[in-house]
Amino acid sequence: MNDAIVLKYQISPDDFTRAGEASSDVKGKLKQLGISPEAVRKVAIAMYEGEINMVIHANGGEIVVEITPAEIKMVLADVGPGIPDVEKAMKAGYSTAPDEVRNLGFGAGMGLPNMKKYTDDMKIETTIGVGTTITMLVKL
Amino acid sequence: MTVQELLDSKMFAIVNEGEDTAREITTVFCCDLLSIAMGRAPAGCAWVTVMGNINTLAVASLADASCIIMAEGAQLDEMAVKKANGQGITVMGTELPIFEAALNIYRKLPKQEKEAIV
Repeated sequence: MNDAIVLKYQISPDDFTRAGEASSDVKGKLKQLGISPEAVRKVAIAMYEGEINMVIHANGGEIVVEITPAEIKMVLADVGPGIPDVEKAMKAGYSTAPDEVRNLGFGAGMGLPNMKKYTDDMKIETTIGVGTTITMLVKL
Repeated sequence: MTVQELLDSKMFAIVNEGEDTAREITTVFCCDLLSIAMGRAPAGCAWVTVMGNINTLAVASLADASCIIMAEGAQLDEMAVKKANGQGITVMGTELPIFEAALNIYRKLPKQEKEAIV
């Protein structure tokens, strides 16, 4: 679409102090664009969960957000280890996060379920040893 | 009750006065696990927690909480205070346990006195 706005972010690995900066930036921009608070919240939550996952599991990666009048598309691509069992990973409460991540209050196995809950469509493409790409849509 | 009214009530100590203090507090939410809070904290809630790291601020902002109350004397770490400042997030503190802190706010919310939560 011609009038798409595209935002790109590099996510640094293992940096919990910066995790959320990309999502915060997107949230601010969506607000400025006059997107409804409900949609902004959905995008912010889904993207933050994905961002945290990239920091915890995947050595960082890249997030591309595409905004059109009809929808907001988020593509989160990493070159991490891949997800061995997507079905298991989608189960609330299932987590492979290390203890130091749990000590920060994360790693409860809610990330992927939250991403699904707050988006209208979510697709996971993952290959072991190659990486994972998650595409999420929030309709406007 | 707005965030400003809660600040003015002196119920809690002020850790950081944020930007949007005219905002109405919709409800109270208690949780220390950020993973759960992210998905479950209702928009506009006053979030009572003991988890005071920088990610607490990120979750509050992204889940759109109206303010954070640190209970049990829990402190925000230095980086988190900076983040609260930078992001304009209202944070208060109290020595009260989470339940009592939350109940005190709940009692101040309109039409919710003595009402059971279902």
